[in-house]
Amino acid sequence: MNDMAARQDDGLIDIEVFLNGTRRQARVAPLKRLSAVLREDFGFLGVKVGCDAGDCGACTVLLDGCQVCACMTPAAQADGKMLVSVEGMMARGALTRVQEAFQRHGAAQCGICIPGMLAAATEIAGAVQQPSEQQILDAMGGVLCRCTGYRKILQAVLDVNGAAELPAPGIGGAVGANLARTDGLAKLTGAERFGADVIPADALWLRAVRSPHASARFSIGDLADVRRRHPGLTAILTATDVPGHNGFGIYPDLKDQPVFADGLVRYRGEAVLALVGDRATVEAIADGELPIAYEPLPPILDVDAAEAEGAMQLHADRPGNLLIEGVVNRGDAAGALAESAHVAEGHWQTAYVEHAYIEPEAGFARRVGDRMEVHATTQTPYMDRDEVALVLGLAPEAVRIVPSACGGGFGGKLDQSVQPILAVAAWHLNRPVACVYTRPESMMSSTKRHPARIRARMGCDAEGRLTALDFHAAFNTGAYASWGPTVAGRVPVHAMGPYRVAHVAARGRAIFTNGPPAGAFRGFGVPQAAIAHEALVDDLAAACGRDPLEFRLDNALRHGDTTATGQVLDASVGLIPCLEALRPQWQAAREAVAKHNARNTVLRRGVGLGCMWYGCGNTGMSNPSIMRLGLAADGRLTLYNGAVDIGQGSYTIMPQICADALGVPVADIRQVCGDTDLTADAGKTSASRQTYVSGRAAQLAGEDLRGQLLRLVNAGPDAALRIADGHVHIDSPGQTHAIDLSELAADADGNVLLGEGRFDPPVTPLDADGQGEPYGTYAFAAQMALVEVDVELGTTRVLKIVAAHDVGRAINPQLVEGQIEGGIAQGLGLALMEEYLPGVTENLHDYLIPTFGDVPEIEVILIEDPEPTGPFGAKGVGEPGLVPTAPAILAGIAEATGVRLHQVPATPARLRQAILEREGGR
Amino acid sequence: MGLYLRPDTLPEALEALAREPLTVLAGGTDFYPARVGRALDDDVLDITAIEELRGIRELDDHWLIGATTTWTDIATADLPPLFRGLQQAAREIGGAQVQNAGTVAGNLCNASPAADGMPPLLCLDATVDLAARTGATQLPLSEFVQGNRQTGRRADQLVTGIRIAKPAHRGVSAFRKLGARRYLVISIVMVAGTLELDAEGRIVAARLAVGACSAVARRLPELEGRLVGRPCGSGLSALVEANDLAALTPIDDARGSGTYRRDAAATLVRRLLADLEAMA
Repeated sequence: MNDMAARQDDGLIDIEVFLNGTRRQARVAPLKRLSAVLREDFGFLGVKVGCDAGDCGACTVLLDGCQVCACMTPAAQADGKMLVSVEGMMARGALTRVQEAFQRHGAAQCGICIPGMLAAATEIAGAVQQPSEQQILDAMGGVLCRCTGYRKILQAVLDVNGAAELPAPGIGGAVGANLARTDGLAKLTGAERFGADVIPADALWLRAVRSPHASARFSIGDLADVRRRHPGLTAILTATDVPGHNGFGIYPDLKDQPVFADGLVRYRGEAVLALVGDRATVEAIADGELPIAYEPLPPILDVDAAEAEGAMQLHADRPGNLLIEGVVNRGDAAGALAESAHVAEGHWQTAYVEHAYIEPEAGFARRVGDRMEVHATTQTPYMDRDEVALVLGLAPEAVRIVPSACGGGFGGKLDQSVQPILAVAAWHLNRPVACVYTRPESMMSSTKRHPARIRARMGCDAEGRLTALDFHAAFNTGAYASWGPTVAGRVPVHAMGPYRVAHVAARGRAIFTNGPPAGAFRGFGVPQAAIAHEALVDDLAAACGRDPLEFRLDNALRHGDTTATGQVLDASVGLIPCLEALRPQWQAAREAVAKHNARNTVLRRGVGLGCMWYGCGNTGMSNPSIMRLGLAADGRLTLYNGAVDIGQGSYTIMPQICADALGVPVADIRQVCGDTDLTADAGKTSASRQTYVSGRAAQLAGEDLRGQLLRLVNAGPDAALRIADGHVHIDSPGQTHAIDLSELAADADGNVLLGEGRFDPPVTPLDADGQGEPYGTYAFAAQMALVEVDVELGTTRVLKIVAAHDVGRAINPQLVEGQIEGGIAQGLGLALMEEYLPGVTENLHDYLIPTFGDVPEIEVILIEDPEPTGPFGAKGVGEPGLVPTAPAILAGIAEATGVRLHQVPATPARLRQAILEREGGR
Repeated sequence: MGLYLRPDTLPEALEALAREPLTVLAGGTDFYPARVGRALDDDVLDITAIEELRGIRELDDHWLIGATTTWTDIATADLPPLFRGLQQAAREIGGAQVQNAGTVAGNLCNASPAADGMPPLLCLDATVDLAARTGATQLPLSEFVQGNRQTGRRADQLVTGIRIAKPAHRGVSAFRKLGARRYLVISIVMVAGTLELDAEGRIVAARLAVGACSAVARRLPELEGRLVGRPCGSGLSALVEANDLAALTPIDDARGSGTYRRDAAATLVRRLLADLEAMA
């Protein structure tokens, strides 16, 4: 009987596995998850843990050649078996053809899903010589990816036998090249280290205990008993243990979210206290055994309740639960609407949407003398630094943030999660303290996309020219301010869409409720607003009897136009070429849809359009970035790159930009990334600003170093640089120079020359009427969605998306496509399936995001209308991919069914009900 | 830490169950998701080392699906058209990893209202084999699963297999699942059906079942009765009446309203009948 070992006193068993080509033994708890065994007992940190519930597939490994979720495999069942994790895939030091194909196709973005994807891909590639698309989907459908939209992964697996190589660009050829990700190999071999992978072995473990109530007063009783019962418990921390300010928040005047709630919880999932000790102890203590006495209060769950007469006020300084209101007023919207030939109107409702990055929040903190060091997954190291400093009562310089690789962010890792709580613990205990959120904890405690309620009216004249917009959006900002002001401020600027509208009255309000804090999520409220303005534009086009694409073309913003904030768009306004690029497919699809629908009554098709514009960077606020490029005595170039790469590719494109600015091959540039002690503040990775803002800073840094070198030898601006053997050789027509770098004095980092670039987009603050120049540049896009609706079931299948995006200049077209495809997948989720319900959908099987089988063929068309202030003409692309997708899908559904849904997601039940109501109304 | 037993033989397993209550573990695909962020301190009987429990065997008058037979085993087995519905269900459960580890018997024992294995097995008139130290017994599947997370298994019993009698006539079966996405999705509704046909293609027996619309998946006896005697290919879908689904008690939840579920179930049953006719 195999169980004899388990009967030994410690309950542990000995297992032996043939793991990644080596026979290995371990003594483990028999039920321990194989994922934990592989990580903790065998040190294979390439095995990722995303949910511990078989919902995400990140932990997928090959067990005797078959893919299994290691998180659902008991250690004992692996005994005697052959196991392959991502670390064991390479053969004789070389990538497998599957890994090579992933690299060629840019299949990895953040990379957290890649070990699981590779396992599934290896299984099918080994089983079938030339797998079909359907076979690949069936084999890989159990691994979720939140970054890529799956398309480049699919293309990679279809091309495992291909041989094409990515280019190794020469001098001056990096910008515009499909350079392979500089961090690609690490992501494909399991070497990349994410938040949970950087935790030292001697770290104490921290588990936050969180409120099960959305609104409650509470008191904490005597904790001495708990301490006595659990000798493995080192400390229990509460609000009184916060040495500095017990609050954090995005805005300097809004540090309203406590590290630990102090007698009052304002949302389900708010931290009440933290248990710190050895991991087994803190995980074994049930919340119910702690003396926390909650006195539940009736929660305020939506904006109507929050604004109702006599509603409980969440924050003493916010009467009416109003956090903030953003406004754009131009012209006379009411008057112009009254005179318009056609007016369309409606109200719309959107849900909480969860970021669902596959990497849960994780990291560790340690005290180093009187300084605090936090290693964590983040999108914004410098903001983390300042928040931790405030919480600890330290100067910002006394805090060092070392970002781990970030396994997906999408805005959700712009807020604090583990950072302040770990810092408080490590400060008191003077030992490294670590924390990894479980999936439910991540989902219940982290920020969400703002649920929106929008009322809007839009008019046009008899010729179909848009005249006016009256727009009111109420955003449920949840229990704490987070990025609510950003959403309320950004939305009114974008509320009319990328069109010429002379008269605008647009308001965006952020309102407190007892929901989870709504924060930053790819688009900052603009995706919600786009659902409204695109529906209105479709309705007006229909009222005028015009084709929706031609109607948009007539009204599209163009060079020289003035926006509703009074900003003149001098350059880089590429919506018209985007729409023109779609036109042939649009017309063909319209005809094909009409033919299809003439023959089919159940599976109805429709094709819809969505357009968007998006200001890159902060709204009307300074948001500078600083990049530095060092040249060492031995000729080594180091880019000090603080623009955190969360999968979008800033660790690849910054060297591309910098190399061309300096005039050297991109391969010559190495990088130091993200660490606040080693890199300058490049600002946060959000608001589609890194390519535009930090990219420009990288260009300026390269140009600065180039200028310094040329000045040393009085060479002309067209001189060619070559760095070799500790010398910089400078060749210009008729003369050559060599600078011996060893003759120059080195700084503390070993650099003899340091180029620096700083860029802050040219913006002005918005005045009381929202007038000003809020952004340095705007991205534009038009997307077309072909959908098929099963009208009897209410299910929608998206068949194809065509996405035309004006990106100014594609620094790395493959990465740009990846951003757009990933945004589209999230837009599809927003349109069709994503709805976070606190207490109900706190896991990845009740909360649905698109899988491999849901994302259709995507055709990306890149339009390059250069932005003069951007690096080599580039502007941002991180958020724009998502914004037009939901409107396009909803328009497609409307054509297919005759039903214009005003609430998303368009779940089967919701759509079927609307179809039945329409049929009943006939 | 709890007790962990992983015997090689059935008698040893039954002996252990006779001694004390144990959580039975096979593929782990329901066990682990129910314990996220919690200590794994159950007393567990892991039955995956008992070789005789895995695999599909064809015997004289029935097939026997062993308790640790995985969904992938089902999907890839060479089985007659009678099993097509079960095989379709096998490919729709979770993703490939869940299919590789999760077991058919585990799906029944977990007794979720949304268990994808239930409707096709109900339509195969499956019987559950239960063994105990005191003796073996059998329960019709319809009596084995008794409610949400409730089965007729006594604590000292182990499900050893699922028995499917060979029908006297040629049988065909089909399955349809409705979810809000492709892959990794809990069913909003699923339906299964089996038809037995005589040599002339006339329906001799019909079994239809709907899942996720009641605490336990339910057969549709009135509709089944109306199908018997009809020739296959006569447009069976037209026979579905609203009343046929009256006995369902679908709930409202995040996946859909009860009203929607009932409506969708009727549509799926109609389509399923068309599938069956196309196969027959």
